[in-house]
Amino acid sequence: MTFTSDPVRADPSGSDTQQDAATKPRVHSRGVLEYVAWAACALLALGVVHTLFANENYQWSIVTQYLTASTVLRGLVMTIVLTILSMTFGTLIALLLAVLRVSPLRPLRILAGAYITFFRGTPVLVQLIFWFNIAALYPHLAIGIPFTGLSHDINVNKLISATTAAVIGLSLNQAAYQAEIIRGGFASVDKGQIEAADSLGMSRMTKLRRVIIPQAMPTIVPATGNQFIGMFKETSLVSVLGVGELLQSVQLIYARTYQTIPLLIVACVWYLVMTIALSYPQAMIEKKFSRTRARVSNEPGLAPAQDGLMGGEAR
Amino acid sequence: MNGDGTVFARGLRKSYGDRVVLDSIDLDVACGEIVCLIGPSGSGKSTLLRCVDGLEEIDRGILRVNGEDLGFEETETAYRALGRKEIAAQRTRIGMVFQSFNLFPNMTARENVMSGPVLVRRTAKSEAASRADRLLTSVGLEGHGDHYPWQMSGGQQQRVAIARSLAMDPNVMLFDEPTSALDPERVGEVLAVMKGLAEQGMTMLVATHEMGFAREVADTVIFMDGGFIVEQGKPAEVLGQPKEARTQKFLEKVL
Repeated sequence: MTFTSDPVRADPSGSDTQQDAATKPRVHSRGVLEYVAWAACALLALGVVHTLFANENYQWSIVTQYLTASTVLRGLVMTIVLTILSMTFGTLIALLLAVLRVSPLRPLRILAGAYITFFRGTPVLVQLIFWFNIAALYPHLAIGIPFTGLSHDINVNKLISATTAAVIGLSLNQAAYQAEIIRGGFASVDKGQIEAADSLGMSRMTKLRRVIIPQAMPTIVPATGNQFIGMFKETSLVSVLGVGELLQSVQLIYARTYQTIPLLIVACVWYLVMTIALSYPQAMIEKKFSRTRARVSNEPGLAPAQDGLMGGEAR
Repeated sequence: MNGDGTVFARGLRKSYGDRVVLDSIDLDVACGEIVCLIGPSGSGKSTLLRCVDGLEEIDRGILRVNGEDLGFEETETAYRALGRKEIAAQRTRIGMVFQSFNLFPNMTARENVMSGPVLVRRTAKSEAASRADRLLTSVGLEGHGDHYPWQMSGGQQQRVAIARSLAMDPNVMLFDEPTSALDPERVGEVLAVMKGLAEQGMTMLVATHEMGFAREVADTVIFMDGGFIVEQGKPAEVLGQPKEARTQKFLEKVL
Protein backbone atom coordinates (compact mmCIF):
# COMPACT_ATOMS: atom_id res chain seq x y z
CA MET A 1 0.00 0.00 0.00
CA THR A 2 1.32 3.38 -0.97
CA PHE A 3 1.11 6.36 1.24
CA THR A 4 -1.06 9.18 -0.05
CA SER A 5 -1.77 12.67 1.13
CA ASP A 6 -5.33 12.51 -0.25
CA PRO A 7 -7.53 12.89 2.85
CA VAL A 8 -10.28 10.68 1.43
CA ARG A 9 -8.04 7.78 0.60
CA ALA A 10 -5.99 8.19 3.70
CA ASP A 11 -9.03 7.52 5.89
CA PRO A 12 -7.44 5.81 8.91
CA SER A 13 -10.49 3.67 9.68
CA GLY A 14 -10.63 2.32 6.10
CA SER A 15 -10.02 -1.38 5.82
CA ASP A 16 -9.17 -3.44 2.74
CA THR A 17 -12.70 -4.82 2.44
CA GLN A 18 -14.23 -1.37 2.16
CA GLN A 19 -14.42 0.11 -1.35
CA ASP A 20 -12.26 3.06 -2.24
CA ALA A 21 -14.38 6.19 -1.69
CA ALA A 22 -13.12 7.69 -4.93
CA THR A 23 -14.46 4.86 -7.07
CA LYS A 24 -17.79 4.08 -5.40
CA PRO A 25 -20.67 4.22 -7.88
CA ARG A 26 -23.32 6.88 -7.45
CA VAL A 27 -26.85 5.46 -7.32
CA HIS A 28 -30.28 7.02 -7.33
CA SER A 29 -33.20 5.19 -5.78
CA ARG A 30 -36.44 5.13 -7.75
CA GLY A 31 -39.31 6.94 -6.06
CA VAL A 32 -42.48 5.17 -4.99
CA LEU A 33 -44.38 7.27 -7.52
CA GLU A 34 -42.59 5.58 -10.40
CA TYR A 35 -43.68 2.12 -9.24
CA VAL A 36 -47.24 3.34 -8.80
CA ALA A 37 -47.18 4.76 -12.34
CA TRP A 38 -45.84 1.48 -13.74
CA ALA A 39 -48.56 -0.47 -11.97
CA ALA A 40 -51.31 1.84 -13.17
CA CYS A 41 -50.09 1.69 -16.76
CA ALA A 42 -49.80 -2.08 -16.68
CA LEU A 43 -53.34 -2.34 -15.33
CA LEU A 44 -54.65 -0.06 -18.08
CA ALA A 45 -52.81 -2.02 -20.78
CA LEU A 46 -54.20 -5.29 -19.45
CA GLY A 47 -57.71 -3.87 -19.50
CA VAL A 48 -57.34 -2.70 -23.11
CA VAL A 49 -55.91 -6.02 -24.30
CA HIS A 50 -58.60 -7.92 -22.44
CA THR A 51 -61.48 -6.01 -24.00
CA LEU A 52 -59.90 -6.20 -27.48
CA PHE A 53 -59.99 -9.98 -27.32
CA ALA A 54 -62.96 -10.63 -25.04
CA ASN A 55 -65.38 -8.38 -26.90
CA GLU A 56 -66.47 -10.32 -29.95
CA ASN A 57 -67.90 -7.24 -31.62
CA TYR A 58 -64.39 -6.34 -32.78
CA GLN A 59 -64.62 -9.29 -35.17
CA TRP A 60 -60.89 -9.68 -35.71
CA SER A 61 -61.40 -12.35 -38.35
CA ILE A 62 -63.22 -9.78 -40.50
CA VAL A 63 -60.40 -7.28 -39.91
CA THR A 64 -57.75 -9.70 -41.13
CA GLN A 65 -59.96 -10.74 -44.00
CA TYR A 66 -60.32 -7.19 -45.36
CA LEU A 67 -56.91 -5.82 -44.39
CA THR A 68 -55.43 -6.77 -47.75
CA ALA A 69 -58.61 -6.77 -49.81
CA SER A 70 -58.05 -5.26 -53.25
CA THR A 71 -60.62 -2.48 -52.67
CA VAL A 72 -58.85 -1.46 -49.48
CA LEU A 73 -55.41 -1.57 -51.10
CA ARG A 74 -56.67 0.52 -54.01
CA GLY A 75 -58.00 3.01 -51.50
CA LEU A 76 -54.64 3.06 -49.76
CA VAL A 77 -52.85 3.79 -53.03
CA MET A 78 -55.32 6.60 -53.74
CA THR A 79 -54.65 8.07 -50.30
CA ILE A 80 -50.90 8.00 -50.94
CA VAL A 81 -51.31 9.58 -54.40
CA LEU A 82 -53.57 12.31 -52.98
CA THR A 83 -51.06 13.02 -50.22
CA ILE A 84 -48.12 13.32 -52.61
CA LEU A 85 -50.00 15.48 -55.14
CA SER A 86 -51.47 17.81 -52.52
CA MET A 87 -48.16 18.22 -50.73
CA THR A 88 -46.30 18.93 -53.98
CA PHE A 89 -48.76 21.50 -55.31
CA GLY A 90 -49.32 22.90 -51.84
CA THR A 91 -45.61 23.45 -51.25
CA LEU A 92 -45.10 25.11 -54.64
CA ILE A 93 -47.98 27.52 -54.06
CA ALA A 94 -46.75 28.07 -50.51
CA LEU A 95 -43.29 29.09 -51.71
CA LEU A 96 -44.86 31.67 -53.99
CA LEU A 97 -47.08 32.92 -51.14
CA ALA A 98 -44.14 33.15 -48.74
CA VAL A 99 -42.14 35.19 -51.25
CA LEU A 100 -45.13 37.49 -51.80
CA ARG A 101 -45.53 37.76 -48.05
CA VAL A 102 -42.08 39.33 -47.70
CA SER A 103 -42.31 41.39 -50.90
CA PRO A 104 -41.41 45.07 -50.68
CA LEU A 105 -44.64 45.77 -52.59
CA ARG A 106 -47.47 46.19 -50.11
CA PRO A 107 -50.33 45.07 -52.41
CA LEU A 108 -48.61 41.72 -52.91
CA ARG A 109 -48.11 41.32 -49.16
CA ILE A 110 -51.80 42.07 -48.60
CA LEU A 111 -52.81 39.61 -51.33
CA ALA A 112 -50.79 36.78 -49.79
CA GLY A 113 -52.03 37.71 -46.31
CA ALA A 114 -55.65 37.65 -47.46
CA TYR A 115 -55.18 34.23 -49.08
CA ILE A 116 -53.65 32.79 -45.93
CA THR A 117 -56.35 34.33 -43.71
CA PHE A 118 -59.13 32.92 -45.87
CA PHE A 119 -57.79 29.41 -46.27
CA ARG A 120 -56.73 29.07 -42.66
CA GLY A 121 -59.90 30.69 -41.42
CA THR A 122 -62.40 28.32 -43.04
CA PRO A 123 -62.70 24.56 -42.43
CA VAL A 124 -60.94 22.41 -44.99
CA LEU A 125 -64.00 20.15 -45.18
CA VAL A 126 -66.12 23.11 -46.26
CA GLN A 127 -63.49 24.14 -48.80
CA LEU A 128 -63.46 20.64 -50.29
CA ILE A 129 -67.23 20.58 -50.74
CA PHE A 130 -67.00 24.08 -52.16
CA TRP A 131 -64.48 23.07 -54.84
CA PHE A 132 -66.58 20.01 -55.66
CA ASN A 133 -69.53 22.31 -56.34
CA ILE A 134 -67.60 25.11 -58.00
CA ALA A 135 -69.44 24.44 -61.27
CA ALA A 136 -72.59 25.80 -59.63
CA LEU A 137 -70.81 29.11 -59.17
CA TYR A 138 -68.87 29.24 -62.45
CA PRO A 139 -70.42 26.81 -64.95
CA HIS A 140 -68.02 27.90 -67.66
CA LEU A 141 -64.36 28.69 -67.32
CA ALA A 142 -62.91 30.84 -70.06
CA ILE A 143 -59.18 30.87 -70.55
CA GLY A 144 -58.13 34.01 -72.38
CA ILE A 145 -57.24 37.65 -72.05
CA PRO A 146 -59.91 39.63 -70.20
CA PHE A 147 -62.00 42.15 -72.16
CA THR A 148 -60.51 41.16 -75.51
CA GLY A 149 -62.88 38.41 -76.58
CA LEU A 150 -59.96 36.07 -77.09
CA SER A 151 -60.89 33.04 -75.03
CA HIS A 152 -61.46 29.34 -74.90
CA ASP A 153 -64.45 27.95 -73.03
CA ILE A 154 -64.16 24.97 -70.73
CA ASN A 155 -67.03 23.12 -69.14
CA VAL A 156 -66.26 23.29 -65.43
CA ASN A 157 -68.58 20.40 -64.53
CA LYS A 158 -66.48 18.06 -66.66
CA LEU A 159 -63.20 19.54 -65.55
CA ILE A 160 -63.76 19.29 -61.81
CA SER A 161 -64.17 15.65 -60.96
CA ALA A 162 -64.26 14.55 -57.33
CA THR A 163 -60.54 13.76 -57.46
CA THR A 164 -59.49 17.09 -58.98
CA ALA A 165 -61.68 18.90 -56.47
CA ALA A 166 -59.94 16.92 -53.73
CA VAL A 167 -56.45 17.75 -54.99
CA ILE A 168 -57.31 21.44 -55.52
CA GLY A 169 -58.97 21.74 -52.13
CA LEU A 170 -56.22 19.99 -50.19
CA SER A 171 -53.42 21.77 -52.09
CA LEU A 172 -54.84 25.26 -51.66
CA ASN A 173 -55.48 24.66 -47.98
CA GLN A 174 -52.09 23.10 -47.45
CA ALA A 175 -50.44 26.04 -49.23
CA ALA A 176 -51.79 28.46 -46.63
CA TYR A 177 -50.29 26.51 -43.72
CA GLN A 178 -47.10 25.69 -45.56
CA ALA A 179 -46.62 29.36 -46.51
CA GLU A 180 -46.52 30.24 -42.83
CA ILE A 181 -43.93 27.52 -42.22
CA ILE A 182 -41.75 28.83 -45.05
CA ARG A 183 -42.17 32.40 -43.86
CA GLY A 184 -41.11 31.27 -40.38
CA GLY A 185 -38.05 29.70 -42.00
CA PHE A 186 -37.22 32.96 -43.75
CA ALA A 187 -37.61 34.82 -40.47
CA SER A 188 -35.21 32.39 -38.75
CA VAL A 189 -32.34 33.52 -40.98
CA ASP A 190 -30.05 35.89 -39.11
CA LYS A 191 -30.49 39.55 -40.08
CA GLY A 192 -26.73 39.86 -40.46
CA GLN A 193 -26.85 37.41 -43.36
CA ILE A 194 -29.20 39.66 -45.28
CA GLU A 195 -27.07 42.69 -44.46
CA ALA A 196 -23.96 40.89 -45.69
CA ALA A 197 -25.76 40.01 -48.94
CA ASP A 198 -26.99 43.60 -49.29
CA SER A 199 -23.53 44.90 -48.61
CA LEU A 200 -22.21 42.87 -51.55
CA GLY A 201 -24.95 44.34 -53.74
CA MET A 202 -26.93 41.12 -54.27
CA SER A 203 -30.30 41.40 -55.97
CA ARG A 204 -33.45 40.28 -54.15
CA MET A 205 -33.72 37.06 -56.14
CA THR A 206 -30.07 36.14 -55.62
CA LYS A 207 -30.36 36.87 -51.93
CA LEU A 208 -33.44 34.66 -51.67
CA ARG A 209 -32.02 31.78 -53.71
CA ARG A 210 -28.45 31.73 -52.48
CA VAL A 211 -28.62 33.04 -48.93
CA ILE A 212 -32.11 32.93 -47.41
CA ILE A 213 -33.63 29.70 -48.74
CA PRO A 214 -30.57 27.46 -48.13
CA GLN A 215 -30.39 28.71 -44.55
CA ALA A 216 -34.13 28.47 -43.97
CA MET A 217 -34.22 24.80 -45.00
CA PRO A 218 -33.24 23.40 -41.58
CA THR A 219 -36.32 25.10 -40.15
CA ILE A 220 -38.66 24.38 -43.05
CA VAL A 221 -37.93 20.74 -43.90
CA PRO A 222 -38.72 19.07 -40.54
CA ALA A 223 -41.95 21.07 -40.21
CA THR A 224 -42.89 20.04 -43.75
CA GLY A 225 -42.35 16.40 -42.80
CA ASN A 226 -44.89 16.87 -40.03
CA GLN A 227 -47.30 18.44 -42.49
CA PHE A 228 -46.83 15.44 -44.77
CA ILE A 229 -47.84 13.05 -42.02
CA GLY A 230 -50.77 15.30 -41.18
CA MET A 231 -51.84 15.43 -44.82
CA PHE A 232 -51.85 11.65 -44.99
CA LYS A 233 -54.64 11.57 -42.43
CA GLU A 234 -56.32 14.73 -43.70
CA THR A 235 -57.04 13.04 -47.04
CA SER A 236 -59.71 11.00 -45.25
CA LEU A 237 -61.86 14.15 -45.44
CA VAL A 238 -62.24 13.81 -49.20
CA SER A 239 -64.28 10.65 -48.66
CA VAL A 240 -67.26 13.03 -48.43
CA LEU A 241 -66.72 13.83 -52.13
CA GLY A 242 -66.84 10.14 -52.99
CA VAL A 243 -63.17 9.90 -53.89
CA GLY A 244 -62.13 6.26 -53.56
CA GLU A 245 -59.44 6.73 -50.94
CA LEU A 246 -58.83 4.53 -47.91
CA LEU A 247 -61.74 5.65 -45.72
CA GLN A 248 -64.19 5.76 -48.64
CA SER A 249 -63.19 2.25 -49.73
CA VAL A 250 -63.89 0.75 -46.30
CA GLN A 251 -67.12 2.75 -46.10
CA LEU A 252 -68.22 1.21 -49.40
CA ILE A 253 -67.62 -2.25 -47.98
CA TYR A 254 -69.40 -1.77 -44.65
CA ALA A 255 -72.33 -0.08 -46.39
CA ARG A 256 -72.86 -3.44 -47.99
CA THR A 257 -71.92 -5.81 -45.14
CA TYR A 258 -72.80 -3.68 -42.06
CA GLN A 259 -69.44 -4.64 -40.49
CA THR A 260 -68.74 -1.02 -39.61
CA ILE A 261 -66.36 -1.43 -36.67
CA PRO A 262 -64.02 -4.07 -38.11
CA LEU A 263 -63.69 -2.13 -41.36
CA LEU A 264 -62.98 1.14 -39.58
CA ILE A 265 -60.28 -0.79 -37.70
CA VAL A 266 -58.88 -1.87 -41.07
CA ALA A 267 -58.63 1.79 -42.12
CA CYS A 268 -57.09 2.75 -38.78
CA VAL A 269 -54.49 0.00 -39.02
CA TRP A 270 -53.38 1.28 -42.43
CA TYR A 271 -53.32 4.93 -41.32
CA LEU A 272 -51.30 3.93 -38.29
CA VAL A 273 -48.87 1.74 -40.23
CA MET A 274 -48.24 4.47 -42.81
CA THR A 275 -47.87 7.18 -40.18
CA ILE A 276 -45.35 5.13 -38.23
CA ALA A 277 -43.54 4.30 -41.48
CA LEU A 278 -43.36 8.02 -42.30
CA SER A 279 -42.32 8.96 -38.77
CA TYR A 280 -39.01 7.20 -39.14
CA PRO A 281 -37.69 9.17 -42.12
CA GLN A 282 -39.23 12.27 -40.53
CA ALA A 283 -37.18 11.69 -37.37
CA MET A 284 -34.05 11.11 -39.48
CA ILE A 285 -34.63 14.33 -41.42
CA GLU A 286 -35.24 16.23 -38.22
CA LYS A 287 -32.03 14.89 -36.71
CA LYS A 288 -30.01 15.65 -39.82
CA PHE A 289 -31.31 19.18 -40.06
CA SER A 290 -30.98 19.98 -36.39
CA ARG A 291 -27.31 19.12 -36.79
CA THR A 292 -27.07 21.36 -39.83
CA ARG A 293 -28.79 24.10 -37.88
CA ALA A 294 -26.22 23.89 -35.11
CA ARG A 295 -23.50 23.90 -37.71
CA VAL A 296 -24.79 26.83 -39.74
CA SER A 297 -25.40 29.02 -36.73
CA ASN A 298 -22.91 31.76 -37.25
CA GLU A 299 -22.50 32.80 -33.66
CA PRO A 300 -18.88 33.83 -33.19
CA GLY A 301 -18.52 32.06 -29.85
CA LEU A 302 -19.70 28.70 -31.14
CA ALA A 303 -17.07 28.23 -33.80
CA PRO A 304 -14.63 25.46 -32.99
CA ALA A 305 -11.11 26.81 -33.01
CA GLN A 306 -9.18 23.53 -33.16
CA ASP A 307 -7.36 22.97 -36.41
CA GLY A 308 -7.87 19.25 -35.94
CA LEU A 309 -11.53 19.59 -36.84
CA MET A 310 -10.78 21.01 -40.24
CA GLY A 311 -12.03 19.03 -43.15
CA GLY A 312 -13.85 16.53 -40.99
CA GLU A 313 -17.24 16.21 -39.41
CA ALA A 314 -17.37 17.89 -36.05
CA ARG A 315 -19.34 15.40 -34.06
CA MET B 1 -14.00 58.86 -60.97
CA ASN B 2 -12.23 61.55 -59.01
CA GLY B 3 -14.29 61.06 -55.87
CA ASP B 4 -13.22 57.42 -55.56
CA GLY B 5 -12.26 56.36 -52.08
CA THR B 6 -13.68 59.41 -50.34
CA VAL B 7 -16.43 59.82 -47.79
CA PHE B 8 -18.05 63.20 -47.29
CA ALA B 9 -20.81 64.09 -44.85
CA ARG B 10 -22.37 67.35 -43.71
CA GLY B 11 -25.03 67.73 -41.03
CA LEU B 12 -25.85 64.02 -41.18
CA ARG B 13 -28.72 63.06 -38.91
CA LYS B 14 -30.25 59.68 -38.16
CA SER B 15 -32.99 58.78 -35.73
CA TYR B 16 -35.06 55.75 -34.81
CA GLY B 17 -38.48 57.20 -34.10
CA ASP B 18 -37.96 59.93 -31.52
CA ARG B 19 -34.50 58.77 -30.57
CA VAL B 20 -31.77 60.66 -32.41
CA VAL B 21 -28.77 58.36 -32.76
CA LEU B 22 -26.58 60.50 -35.02
CA ASP B 23 -26.65 64.28 -35.20
CA SER B 24 -24.67 67.01 -36.96
CA ILE B 25 -22.11 64.56 -38.29
CA ASP B 26 -19.49 66.10 -40.58
CA LEU B 27 -16.95 63.78 -42.20
CA ASP B 28 -14.12 64.41 -44.63
CA VAL B 29 -12.32 61.21 -45.46
CA ALA B 30 -9.73 61.49 -48.20
CA CYS B 31 -8.73 58.68 -50.53
CA GLY B 32 -6.38 56.32 -48.72
CA GLU B 33 -7.08 57.81 -45.30
CA ILE B 34 -7.46 55.55 -42.28
CA VAL B 35 -10.08 56.81 -39.83
CA CYS B 36 -10.71 55.12 -36.51
CA LEU B 37 -14.01 55.76 -34.76
CA ILE B 38 -13.81 55.33 -31.01
CA GLY B 39 -16.30 55.88 -28.24
CA PRO B 40 -18.49 54.06 -25.74
CA SER B 41 -21.13 51.53 -26.82
CA GLY B 42 -24.20 53.28 -28.16
CA SER B 43 -22.22 56.35 -29.15
CA GLY B 44 -23.28 55.91 -32.77
CA LYS B 45 -20.06 54.64 -34.36
CA SER B 46 -21.68 51.46 -35.69
CA THR B 47 -24.74 53.34 -36.91
CA LEU B 48 -22.51 55.82 -38.73
CA LEU B 49 -20.74 52.97 -40.54
CA ARG B 50 -24.06 51.34 -41.37
CA CYS B 51 -25.24 54.64 -42.85
CA VAL B 52 -22.08 54.91 -44.94
CA ASP B 53 -22.73 51.35 -46.22
CA GLY B 54 -26.33 52.23 -47.02
CA LEU B 55 -27.74 49.68 -44.55
CA GLU B 56 -29.47 52.53 -42.74
CA GLU B 57 -31.13 55.47 -44.43
CA ILE B 58 -30.22 58.89 -43.08
CA ASP B 59 -32.94 61.40 -42.19
CA ARG B 60 -31.19 64.57 -43.18
CA GLY B 61 -27.88 65.95 -44.37
CA ILE B 62 -25.40 65.21 -47.10
CA LEU B 63 -23.69 61.83 -47.44
CA ARG B 64 -21.43 61.18 -50.39
CA VAL B 65 -19.39 58.03 -50.74
CA ASN B 66 -16.99 57.64 -53.67
CA GLY B 67 -18.11 61.11 -54.73
CA GLU B 68 -21.78 60.10 -55.20
CA ASP B 69 -24.79 60.81 -53.04
CA LEU B 70 -25.48 57.46 -51.38
CA GLY B 71 -28.78 55.83 -52.30
CA PHE B 72 -30.27 59.12 -53.45
CA GLU B 73 -30.06 61.57 -56.27
CA GLU B 74 -30.10 65.28 -55.57
CA THR B 75 -32.72 67.25 -57.45
CA GLU B 76 -33.61 70.93 -57.10
CA THR B 77 -36.14 70.32 -54.33
CA ALA B 78 -35.31 66.97 -52.78
CA TYR B 79 -33.20 63.85 -52.61
CA ARG B 80 -34.89 61.25 -54.76
CA ALA B 81 -34.33 57.58 -53.88
CA LEU B 82 -32.35 55.64 -56.45
CA GLY B 83 -33.57 52.35 -57.91
CA ARG B 84 -32.60 49.01 -56.43
CA LYS B 85 -30.00 48.30 -59.09
CA GLU B 86 -28.28 51.65 -58.76
CA ILE B 87 -28.11 51.28 -54.99
CA ALA B 88 -26.68 47.77 -55.39
CA ALA B 89 -24.08 49.12 -57.82
CA GLN B 90 -23.02 51.77 -55.30
CA ARG B 91 -22.77 49.13 -52.59
CA THR B 92 -20.42 46.95 -54.61
CA ARG B 93 -17.88 49.78 -54.33
CA ILE B 94 -18.12 49.88 -50.53
CA GLY B 95 -16.87 46.94 -48.48
CA MET B 96 -18.29 46.17 -45.05
CA VAL B 97 -16.85 43.90 -42.38
CA PHE B 98 -19.23 43.05 -39.56
CA GLN B 99 -18.62 42.40 -35.90
CA SER B 100 -20.28 38.98 -36.19
CA PHE B 101 -18.52 38.13 -39.50
CA ASN B 102 -21.82 37.21 -41.22
CA LEU B 103 -20.16 34.67 -43.49
CA PHE B 104 -22.69 32.62 -45.44
CA PRO B 105 -22.73 29.34 -43.47
CA ASN B 106 -23.99 27.35 -46.47
CA MET B 107 -20.87 28.21 -48.46
CA THR B 108 -17.21 27.30 -48.08
CA ALA B 109 -14.60 30.01 -47.48
CA ARG B 110 -13.83 30.09 -51.20
CA GLU B 111 -17.52 30.26 -52.15
CA ASN B 112 -18.00 33.07 -49.66
CA VAL B 113 -15.23 35.06 -51.28
CA MET B 114 -16.56 34.20 -54.76
CA SER B 115 -20.15 35.10 -53.87
CA GLY B 116 -19.87 38.79 -54.78
CA PRO B 117 -18.08 38.43 -58.11
CA VAL B 118 -20.11 35.39 -59.24
CA LEU B 119 -23.59 36.20 -57.93
CA VAL B 120 -23.48 39.97 -58.42
CA ARG B 121 -20.95 40.69 -61.17
CA ARG B 122 -21.53 37.41 -63.05
CA THR B 123 -17.80 36.75 -63.25
CA ALA B 124 -16.86 33.32 -64.62
CA LYS B 125 -16.59 30.79 -61.79
CA SER B 126 -13.09 29.56 -62.61
CA GLU B 127 -11.76 33.10 -62.73
CA ALA B 128 -13.53 34.05 -59.49
CA ALA B 129 -12.26 30.89 -57.78
CA SER B 130 -8.60 31.55 -58.59
CA ARG B 131 -9.03 35.18 -57.52
CA ALA B 132 -10.67 33.95 -54.28
CA ASP B 133 -7.74 31.65 -53.58
CA ARG B 134 -5.30 34.53 -54.10
CA LEU B 135 -7.34 36.72 -51.75
CA LEU B 136 -7.49 33.97 -49.12
CA THR B 137 -3.70 33.64 -49.39
CA SER B 138 -3.35 37.38 -48.95
CA VAL B 139 -5.24 37.23 -45.64
CA GLY B 140 -3.10 34.31 -44.51
CA LEU B 141 -5.62 31.53 -45.18
CA GLU B 142 -3.95 29.59 -47.93
CA GLY B 143 -5.48 26.12 -48.23
CA HIS B 144 -8.60 26.98 -46.22
CA GLY B 145 -10.76 27.47 -49.31
CA ASP B 146 -12.78 24.28 -48.83
CA HIS B 147 -13.54 24.86 -45.17
CA TYR B 148 -16.97 25.88 -44.03
CA PRO B 149 -17.32 28.78 -41.58
CA TRP B 150 -18.20 26.40 -38.71
CA GLN B 151 -14.86 24.67 -39.21
CA MET B 152 -12.91 27.88 -38.68
CA SER B 153 -11.99 29.99 -35.68
CA GLY B 154 -13.45 33.46 -35.29
CA GLY B 155 -10.24 35.10 -36.43
CA GLN B 156 -10.13 32.95 -39.53
CA GLN B 157 -13.80 33.64 -40.28
CA GLN B 158 -13.25 37.37 -39.95
CA ARG B 159 -10.32 37.22 -42.36
CA VAL B 160 -12.50 35.34 -44.87
CA ALA B 161 -15.08 38.10 -44.42
CA ILE B 162 -12.42 40.71 -45.22
CA ALA B 163 -11.40 38.74 -48.32
CA ARG B 164 -15.07 38.49 -49.35
CA SER B 165 -15.40 42.28 -49.21
CA LEU B 166 -12.12 42.81 -51.07
CA ALA B 167 -13.26 40.51 -53.87
CA MET B 168 -15.58 43.27 -55.06
CA ASP B 169 -12.65 45.70 -55.38
CA PRO B 170 -14.23 48.33 -53.15
CA ASN B 171 -12.85 51.85 -52.95
CA VAL B 172 -13.82 52.24 -49.29
CA MET B 173 -13.68 49.58 -46.59
CA LEU B 174 -15.81 49.83 -43.46
CA PHE B 175 -15.03 47.77 -40.36
CA ASP B 176 -17.69 47.59 -37.67
CA GLU B 177 -15.85 46.49 -34.53
CA PRO B 178 -14.16 43.67 -36.45
CA THR B 179 -12.33 42.22 -33.45
CA SER B 180 -14.91 42.65 -30.68
CA ALA B 181 -16.32 39.13 -31.05
CA LEU B 182 -12.92 37.45 -31.11
CA ASP B 183 -10.90 35.62 -28.47
CA PRO B 184 -8.11 37.93 -27.30
CA GLU B 185 -5.40 35.77 -28.86
CA ARG B 186 -7.16 35.93 -32.25
CA VAL B 187 -7.42 39.71 -32.40
CA GLY B 188 -3.86 40.20 -33.64
CA GLU B 189 -4.25 38.17 -36.83
CA VAL B 190 -7.22 40.24 -37.97
CA LEU B 191 -5.56 43.54 -37.07
CA ALA B 192 -2.46 42.46 -39.02
CA VAL B 193 -4.56 41.93 -42.16
CA MET B 194 -6.20 45.33 -41.67
CA LYS B 195 -2.80 46.95 -41.21
CA GLY B 196 -1.58 45.40 -44.45
CA LEU B 197 -4.64 46.74 -46.21
CA ALA B 198 -4.00 50.22 -44.80
CA GLU B 199 -0.44 50.13 -46.13
CA GLN B 200 -1.79 49.38 -49.61
CA GLY B 201 -3.61 52.71 -49.55
CA MET B 202 -7.20 51.52 -48.98
CA THR B 203 -9.59 54.11 -47.55
CA MET B 204 -10.75 52.64 -44.25
CA LEU B 205 -13.29 53.60 -41.61
CA VAL B 206 -12.86 51.45 -38.54
CA ALA B 207 -15.10 51.46 -35.49
CA THR B 208 -12.95 49.89 -32.82
CA HIS B 209 -12.05 49.51 -29.17
CA GLU B 210 -8.44 48.64 -30.08
CA MET B 211 -6.68 51.84 -29.02
CA GLY B 212 -3.28 50.40 -29.92
CA PHE B 213 -4.42 49.85 -33.51
CA ALA B 214 -5.92 53.35 -33.68
CA ARG B 215 -2.71 54.93 -32.38
CA GLU B 216 -0.48 52.98 -34.73
CA VAL B 217 -2.43 52.81 -37.97
CA ALA B 218 -4.98 55.65 -38.05
CA ASP B 219 -4.42 58.96 -39.79
CA THR B 220 -7.40 60.41 -37.96
CA VAL B 221 -9.16 59.37 -34.78
CA ILE B 222 -12.75 60.42 -34.20
CA PHE B 223 -14.21 60.23 -30.71
CA MET B 224 -17.98 59.91 -30.69
CA ASP B 225 -20.45 60.11 -27.83
CA GLY B 226 -24.24 60.33 -27.73
CA GLY B 227 -24.52 60.50 -31.53
CA PHE B 228 -22.15 63.44 -31.90
CA ILE B 229 -18.55 63.74 -32.98
CA VAL B 230 -16.97 65.11 -29.83
CA GLU B 231 -13.39 65.40 -30.96
CA GLN B 232 -11.25 64.47 -33.93
CA GLY B 233 -7.66 64.81 -35.00
CA LYS B 234 -4.35 63.00 -35.25
CA PRO B 235 -4.16 59.91 -33.03
CA ALA B 236 -1.42 61.44 -30.93
CA GLU B 237 -3.62 64.47 -30.24
CA VAL B 238 -6.94 62.75 -29.56
CA LEU B 239 -5.50 59.78 -27.70
CA GLY B 240 -2.50 61.58 -26.21
CA GLN B 241 -3.74 65.05 -25.30
CA PRO B 242 -7.53 65.02 -25.57
CA LYS B 243 -9.03 68.51 -25.34
CA GLU B 244 -12.57 67.57 -24.40
CA ALA B 245 -13.41 66.44 -20.89
CA ARG B 246 -15.66 63.68 -22.24
CA THR B 247 -12.82 62.24 -24.31
CA GLN B 248 -10.47 62.36 -21.33
CA LYS B 249 -12.97 60.53 -19.17
CA PHE B 250 -13.49 57.80 -21.80
CA LEU B 251 -9.77 57.31 -22.39
CA GLU B 252 -9.07 57.10 -18.67
CA LYS B 253 -11.38 54.12 -18.52
CA VAL B 254 -10.17 52.21 -21.58
CA LEU B 255 -6.43 52.83 -21.55
